[in-house]
Amino acid sequence: MLLVLLAHGVLALAAPALVAALGRRAFWVLALGPAGATIYALAQATAVLEGRAPAEHLPWIPALGLAIDLRLDLLAWVMLLVVGGVGALVMLYCSAYFSREARGLGRFGGFLMAFAGAMAGLVVADNLLLLFVFWELTTVFSYLLIGHYADRTSSRRAAMQALIVTTAGGLAMLVGVVVLGVTAGTWSLSAVIADPPSGPAVTAAAVCLLAGAATKSALVPTHFWLPAAMAAPTPVSAYLHAAAMVKAGIYLIARFAPAFSDLAAWRTVVLVLGGATLLLGGYRALRQHDLKLVLAFGTVSQLGLLTLLLGYGTRATALAGLALLGAHALFKASLFLVVGVVDAAAGTRDLRKLAGVGRRLPVTALAATLATASMIGLPPFAGYVAKEAALAAWAHDDDLLGRIMIAVVAVGSALTVAYGLRFLWGAFKPRLPASAAPASSGVGQDEVPDEAPDVAHPQPFWMVAPPLVLAVLGLAVALVPQVGERLLGPYADTYPVGDPGHLTLWDGLTPVLAVTGAVLLLGVLMFWQRTRVERLQGALWFPDGADVVYRRLMRSLDRFASDVTAGTQRGSLPFYLGVILVVLAVGPGVALAAGLVGQTGAGALPVAADAAGRDDVLHLGPFAMVPWDGPAQLVVVLVVVVAAVLTARARRRLKAVFLMGVAGYGNAALFLLHGAPDLALTQVLCETLTLVVMVLVLRRLPPYFSDRPLAASRWVRLAIGVLTGLVVMMFVAAAPLVRVHLPVSVDFPEEAETFGGGHNIVNVTLVDIRAWDTVGEISVLLVAATGVASLVFLRQRSDDVLRLGPAGDDEPGERAARAGARQVRPGSWLLAGPTLDPGKRSVLFEVLTRVLFHPMILFALFLLFSGHNTPGGGFAAGLVAGLALTVRYLAGGRYELGAAAPVHPGLVLGTGLFLSAGVGLVALLAGQAALESTILDLHVPVLGHVHLVTSLFFDVGVFLVVIGLVIDILRTFGAELDRQAEPHSRAVGSHGRTAHRAGGDRA
Amino acid sequence: MIVLDNVPSGALLLAVGVLFAAGVYLLLERSLTRVLLGFVLLGNGVNLAILLAGGRAGAPPITGTDDPEPMSDPLAQVMILTSIVITLALVAFVLAMAYRSWQLHGHDEVQDDLEDTRIARLAIEDAPSYADSDAVESGVTLDEEAVAARDEVALPDTVEQPRNRGGDGS
Repeated sequence: MLLVLLAHGVLALAAPALVAALGRRAFWVLALGPAGATIYALAQATAVLEGRAPAEHLPWIPALGLAIDLRLDLLAWVMLLVVGGVGALVMLYCSAYFSREARGLGRFGGFLMAFAGAMAGLVVADNLLLLFVFWELTTVFSYLLIGHYADRTSSRRAAMQALIVTTAGGLAMLVGVVVLGVTAGTWSLSAVIADPPSGPAVTAAAVCLLAGAATKSALVPTHFWLPAAMAAPTPVSAYLHAAAMVKAGIYLIARFAPAFSDLAAWRTVVLVLGGATLLLGGYRALRQHDLKLVLAFGTVSQLGLLTLLLGYGTRATALAGLALLGAHALFKASLFLVVGVVDAAAGTRDLRKLAGVGRRLPVTALAATLATASMIGLPPFAGYVAKEAALAAWAHDDDLLGRIMIAVVAVGSALTVAYGLRFLWGAFKPRLPASAAPASSGVGQDEVPDEAPDVAHPQPFWMVAPPLVLAVLGLAVALVPQVGERLLGPYADTYPVGDPGHLTLWDGLTPVLAVTGAVLLLGVLMFWQRTRVERLQGALWFPDGADVVYRRLMRSLDRFASDVTAGTQRGSLPFYLGVILVVLAVGPGVALAAGLVGQTGAGALPVAADAAGRDDVLHLGPFAMVPWDGPAQLVVVLVVVVAAVLTARARRRLKAVFLMGVAGYGNAALFLLHGAPDLALTQVLCETLTLVVMVLVLRRLPPYFSDRPLAASRWVRLAIGVLTGLVVMMFVAAAPLVRVHLPVSVDFPEEAETFGGGHNIVNVTLVDIRAWDTVGEISVLLVAATGVASLVFLRQRSDDVLRLGPAGDDEPGERAARAGARQVRPGSWLLAGPTLDPGKRSVLFEVLTRVLFHPMILFALFLLFSGHNTPGGGFAAGLVAGLALTVRYLAGGRYELGAAAPVHPGLVLGTGLFLSAGVGLVALLAGQAALESTILDLHVPVLGHVHLVTSLFFDVGVFLVVIGLVIDILRTFGAELDRQAEPHSRAVGSHGRTAHRAGGDRA
Repeated sequence: MIVLDNVPSGALLLAVGVLFAAGVYLLLERSLTRVLLGFVLLGNGVNLAILLAGGRAGAPPITGTDDPEPMSDPLAQVMILTSIVITLALVAFVLAMAYRSWQLHGHDEVQDDLEDTRIARLAIEDAPSYADSDAVESGVTLDEEAVAARDEVALPDTVEQPRNRGGDGS
């Protein structure tokens, strides 16, 4: 079986090449695929009929329970024969049907082939999930085939409609499949059927499966996609929409009916949908003038009947249903192919225009007659045998439901007779009736042709033969009904209830025969009085079709989607942030508050309960806290609070930035008071650098915030701010109070000394215990530095550093600056001092810089090397060095920066990251875990005892990355902004100046 | 020895609350500079919150000293140290964005997304958000349209005048 499926796949992929090479004759090669499936099925006939179902197994995704389990039991065998046989004939038909110049034949062949493969896989799949995979594949290929003429709006719309409807059902089916698989504990289809689980969940699953089947098999109310799908090429209609794809839903019902047909929900759904579909399809078919549409509505009707029979749940009806399934595939595919022949020969499918076609196409007319006879249930054809068996089964049951079924099926069959004759007569009538025009105008059709089309032309053999073969088969199998009964009986026996049914041509003079006679009579009568019936149908009020409802639904869905998008996706950053923060406050905030209510006394938070007796602890409701860790803390907190509030109120940029700095330095003081000198040092350095950077940028921005918000929105923002602050306070107050375990850091002091070889636990943690975090962090720094540079350096971010030297440069401004720089006298305080405008120079600042720079660098190195044991480390050292460079830049301008740090920041950043990560790799090479430290105690002659820990190199890497970041920031916000601000800088710089002025004026 | 007393300090709690409130207030502004200031304040608040989660104040977490007082939790400090430096990088990045925005538009305000505004306007008008010729109502049902569909079929060689059957047929 796997081989058969693979052959389909290979042929599908090869189809475009084959068609390119052989033209439409390539379909002869493609026919080998379905033909192979048929031959395989026939070869396995003995095994299948003896009940030894061949099975194959190939693991795929074991974790999901998804495996390629294939099993050819009797039902699968029948379906495979239908799919393969009809498929092969349709392929052969295609080789003659399309013109040699038809567009997209290669693609079409590939899709048709792939569909045949998916359909074959669907019927032999024995894994629930695999079944679903093939199911969706048939949907997708059906979409592609219906939309074959992708340049036509009608094709695209029909294809999209079919896709949406069947996929929606497919999703429901997936739910059903998953529920079923999980409940049963197995994904094997045969195992689930053999031992079906039960319970409300399983009932829901069964209904979900039926939803999938109903959409796929075009049952009411999703039947409308099938007539619209007639926009597909006729061979597709014959194969997908008569024999194969629409049968997938029927197959699903037939597959699960033995397990679930005793469920009341199953029966209700099946009987209501099946009966309604049977009647509605037949009724609508009577009004159609297009041959394909007559057949399409006829197919809808027949699918309803098949659903009734196979889903009803007794053995006798199941036997009749399976027989009808085969018969329907034969006659309906044959009829569609006949329509193709007539269409090609006469140039129209309108049964009001066709006349005299039968004389020119006698073989086709014969095929059509045989197939129609089978469809309307005329003895001795397959359709008759199947319907007789169904009526006999219900008559045998002799209960109320059976009688209702007989009545419904009888009416449906009478409609079938009427539209069957309408089809046959419409296509092959000898001449047009004289009264055609007035009769048709009664039903409101637009133009009505009054003359027959040109003479029909005889068609090639490969178009005429396939429908005839199918039609004759429909007669042949009916002549030996006992063989059919023996073949199909074992499937019917898998149903739990009912007496076995029989397939027979002659059962004696029974009431069933009378019903059949009446049905035929009524059908002929309706056909005879067809103009009156049409007029009556036109006069009757008919509710909006399901397709109208569907389109209305889709329109509302579109509108709803855009309304939701418009409401939620406002494109406003403050709105998004506000929503996020409000959700934070309302969701987790309310949950926490609800949990804290009443948490006092015995049920209090654990830490608060422990602290119940302490003098220094205040108890506020569920919370416990000390007022402060020391009086100094309170003072600093007050400073921070005032600074934060004033920052929020400030309207001047510079003022706001300085107030923010005050809050930041306050934080540093709090860290120091808390016992975190490393943090305090880093915070002070960072805050200083932040201030410098901000001022560097703000000198180019307008002095005031230009945005003067409305009072209302300001109150909203204030409310969200206060709410968020309160909720966060609540979290922060509660979090320490629920700790019941020892913190992880309780062992850090000992570990830091033993494994990290250092006394400063914070630094050892950074470079050793949690070194991976630090690697991640410095990577972020590198990315940020690169981002900053790329946002501001609009000209190419040059590789060369600004140097004081005779190197040539293209910009006149640069040259002028260099000219000044060349006059550097050995005695000046700063190297690049003379490059500055004399009015901007400050000798005092230059002297101080000269004095401070080298001590600062030394201090940085001291922090770097001592950081393992005392406060300091790579971060602090890098920041100090960076500040030293900043001072140089501020005092001497951008050439001074180039002179102080004559390296490209990218190089520094890269080296730093490489050093940090490289240390880890070295440790790996030495057989240790990545980033593990090694402690070396060496005796160096001059220095004496040296205690060296390899993580020092890691810290040096961190140091370099921070310096790189600072250089990049200075180059960007300092040097580059200077350059853009200078009068002779070009392009963006000039634009920036104008805008600057505008911004300043506005503020 | 690490501090194992978790009872938080009310003063620090107050600082956290005010920093968050002021930070959020600024964060909801449109001016990128103010958004950035808000973020920095918020970051300070978060750092203090982490500090609080680590427990009470104590001696610096440095071993080998004679200080008998228990140390403050070093793990919280490591996290905060990382956070401080990353905030610096973030400040630089957002400043670069603000400067770029000013360079391009003459101000540093975050504007509403134009596409989103357009979608919202069209939704109010109940107009489709994008042109889709397939969604336009044609007035007839799809099965009526299907009637017009003609295949590119083979014509027998005997035909003298090939009829035009492409496209929408006759």
